Amino acid sequence: MADFNVTEKVDITDVVCPITFVKAKAVIEELETGDILEILLNDGEPVQNVPRSLKDEGHKILKLDDNGNGTYTLYVEKGEE
Amino acid sequence: MAIDYAALKKGGFMRQKQKNHFSLRLQVVGGALTAENLKKIAEVAEKYGEGYVHLTSRQGVEIPFIKFDDIEQVRSELADGGCRPGVCGPRVRTVTACQGNAVCPSGNIDSYDIAKKLDERYFGQELPHKFKFGVTGCQNNCLKAEENDVGIKGAEIVSWVQDKCINCGVCVKVCRQGAISPNDGIITLDEDKCNYCGRCVKSCPTDAWLGESAYILSFGGTFGNTISKGDEFLPPVTNEEQLFRVTDAAIKFFGDYAKSGERFKFTIDRVGADKLLEVLKEAYYHNG
Repeated sequence: MADFNVTEKVDITDVVCPITFVKAKAVIEELETGDILEILLNDGEPVQNVPRSLKDEGHKILKLDDNGNGTYTLYVEKGEE
Repeated sequence: MAIDYAALKKGGFMRQKQKNHFSLRLQVVGGALTAENLKKIAEVAEKYGEGYVHLTSRQGVEIPFIKFDDIEQVRSELADGGCRPGVCGPRVRTVTACQGNAVCPSGNIDSYDIAKKLDERYFGQELPHKFKFGVTGCQNNCLKAEENDVGIKGAEIVSWVQDKCINCGVCVKVCRQGAISPNDGIITLDEDKCNYCGRCVKSCPTDAWLGESAYILSFGGTFGNTISKGDEFLPPVTNEEQLFRVTDAAIKFFGDYAKSGERFKFTIDRVGADKLLEVLKEAYYHNG
């Protein structure tokens, strides 16, 4: 497990691309710069696309853990507004 | 007066089955037409044709049912809308392209810009037979590069930047070639497996992959009566100057060695791929 002071968590394993990113984005937008969001996401398309899409929105990707069960946990630090 | 069909064909007027009627082919580069072009094309199709156009298999536009007597008038009206006639016959044809990295998130090169430059350099150039260029932005190959006499495909020559990497493993997952292996925090790239698609660069969430745009060229593709895909003879081309040196060499080879009515593929087969490779290499390494 990662050693981060997580501010908020979101599970996007119940939606498919591109809603995955939209759901994560909606949550991160409510946070303050520097806050850390923990995202649970599925293998496949989400893990290949969501981290980069968040980075392109100006957020910082800190870590991606493989949970070994077809899901991943992503830690993202919210960037400047 | 006898109709000079060859001259008309050269000027984009294709003889129809119907007597004294021509389908006028327009010059289109990479499938891009302005709104102004489209308005004028619509106007001409209504006034001189039968009110419709045909979109060709190579991103072109033809206005069918132009009458022989109207040809000059049609040419001049189209010119007012910025439209130029295309070509048919033994010369460099329409250069096709996808939208490339100016628009498409997958693109590795600015396909449309390259297509315009190829068009400026070669369009209509007289050769022993038709000669087609196609430019596609990436390995997705929407523009089917290898169908062309010379195909150009956008590539990314990639390298890993250790201090930016957080070992998230996304690049390992997106690589369809199995070219990327993680090992104790160190990522290795198997250059023999890498197909230059650039997916690692585009998916990396920390910019730990650097990509340098390049071009993969294929030679001798044809998809008509004979179907054959173009071959890659060279490593990726890394800049525009080198690209045009190589395309110049390929066209010159075709002009020098092809028999009349022989497609590039058959010239390569007859004269020898080794001979083509020799001139391509000379252009590629600029030894000449």
